[in-house]
Amino acid sequence: MNTEAIKELLYKMADDLLIIGHRNSEWTGLGPILEEDISFSSMAQDKIGQAQALYVLLNDLGEQEPDTVAFTRNANQFHNAQLLELPNGEYDFSLMRHFLYDHADQLRFETLANSSYEPLAKVARKVKGELKYHVFHANTWVVKLGSANEESHAKMQNALNYAWNYALGMFEPSAHEDILVAENVFIGEESLQERWLANITPILMKAGLSIPTSDTWNPVFGGRKGMHTEHLAPLVEEMSEVFRYDPTAEW
Amino acid sequence: MYGNAYIDPNDKAAMMTAGEDPQKLAEFEARIARGEKIEPKDWMPKEYRKQLVRMIEQHGHSEIIGALPEGTWITRAPGFKRKLALMAKVQDEVGHAQLLYSAAETLGKSREAMINDLITGKSKYSNVFNYPAYTWADACIIAWLIDAGAIINQVANAKGSYGPYCRALDRICTEESFHLKYGHDNVVTLATGTPKQRELVQAALTRWWPPIMHFFGPSDKISNHTEILMKWKVKMATNDDMRQQFLNMYVPKIWDLGLVIPDPNLKKNDEGKWEYTEPDWEEFKRVINGGGPCNAERLAVRRNAEERGRWVREALNTADAKYIVPLA
Repeated sequence: MNTEAIKELLYKMADDLLIIGHRNSEWTGLGPILEEDISFSSMAQDKIGQAQALYVLLNDLGEQEPDTVAFTRNANQFHNAQLLELPNGEYDFSLMRHFLYDHADQLRFETLANSSYEPLAKVARKVKGELKYHVFHANTWVVKLGSANEESHAKMQNALNYAWNYALGMFEPSAHEDILVAENVFIGEESLQERWLANITPILMKAGLSIPTSDTWNPVFGGRKGMHTEHLAPLVEEMSEVFRYDPTAEW
Repeated sequence: MYGNAYIDPNDKAAMMTAGEDPQKLAEFEARIARGEKIEPKDWMPKEYRKQLVRMIEQHGHSEIIGALPEGTWITRAPGFKRKLALMAKVQDEVGHAQLLYSAAETLGKSREAMINDLITGKSKYSNVFNYPAYTWADACIIAWLIDAGAIINQVANAKGSYGPYCRALDRICTEESFHLKYGHDNVVTLATGTPKQRELVQAALTRWWPPIMHFFGPSDKISNHTEILMKWKVKMATNDDMRQQFLNMYVPKIWDLGLVIPDPNLKKNDEGKWEYTEPDWEEFKRVINGGGPCNAERLAVRRNAEERGRWVREALNTADAKYIVPLA
């Protein structure tokens, strides 16, 4: 088993979850209706919990404690896709990002449930059950808002257009991927992207939304290598503000 | 004969039942005296309905506005354990608002109308949330002591007469008791932590003590009006009784942690009653009437959230008939 390759996989997944969990939690108290406030908070809690479970696996592989890893790194040490660090913006973008990301994440964890790396397979079997509800939530809302009225349709279509190339960036190939595929740890990003497209296309059609034409596709890569938008550094700074206030302390 | 219908408008107690059918009123009061709950479709005096709507609505508003000072610390909570717990706690508070608005809706006022009255400043919410949470320790003090105060109030009200409110409160109190443990655990961690942490938590306690003393409101004027509300089991305990109960339960715990309460006159007298410096009620009134450090900000944030979410609510209200994108 190639530890470096597994670590790389775990880091990008854990960082995706931590950052989207953080963004989702920013909706607390500000949702368009109370029920959505509560939903985004539930999903945020699941995401942060899932991130923690993956950092524990990394810790088992010799990395630092989950709190240290999550709350003391700098932005350029994060491996999340840039899609997840973008500010929440309005509800349309937050919802569309949630839809695009959770479909990918659900597939990722479903396939990892059969991973040859058993510690990850075990986590994946638990997580995929939680993700079923996240995807159900995203589908319900995307279909409703995509087709409710002219204004909501336009907003959701714009959000999809804006998010699309960032979403493709989730499938950025990584250096060790061949090893992971060969060892049956993970099916690989390309294969994941194909399945993701197959899953989201009918739902977007049902919502009356159009995927941008493929000649405009231009995946935003870099996140997996620590390259980020200007939005990640302030997020990380805010997240670690109290933790760093007294690094010797137990909080 | 019309003469008997005249009621002195200054007689608040008489005004509360003016125009009510005396027989129905007597039956209603007898039910409450027997400890029965009043349910939404039961007969009730107009004033009973009005007072309950006001009370439940204010409670609901306090939950969503209360989510703001604590919510700002979710993104800064130090470590997974605290981050997850605070997210769950604040989510509970928003859930309480949902429960309470539903309870108030059974009395005939819609959630939308209540939220409109909140953001236009027509209806109030708990005054403590007009103060800022400057540091992580402020959020911890709120979670412990403000939630403690809220529990005292809500446990009393859960024994009230209106069924839907009592049932909502039973559930709320169960969740609040976890919040109290969460808050206490946080404050203990800070108070027994490093010098910097102790300094943070002491400063937060010093800042929050006056709003905490204000929390239960000024001494009740014992009037016929209050007596009727107590007879109807709308109001279950006097403000002073609740404040005494709070001091009795929490002052020793605060002192145990070696923290200093900023009131040199605070002590328990020989009769077992707590004596304290009278809180500044002029300040309390000033803050209630909009002059606190955060009134404008809290309402602006809420108003902004409502405005930004309007298109979502409008879309939800459209029938299932689909919007078809024009082809040309």
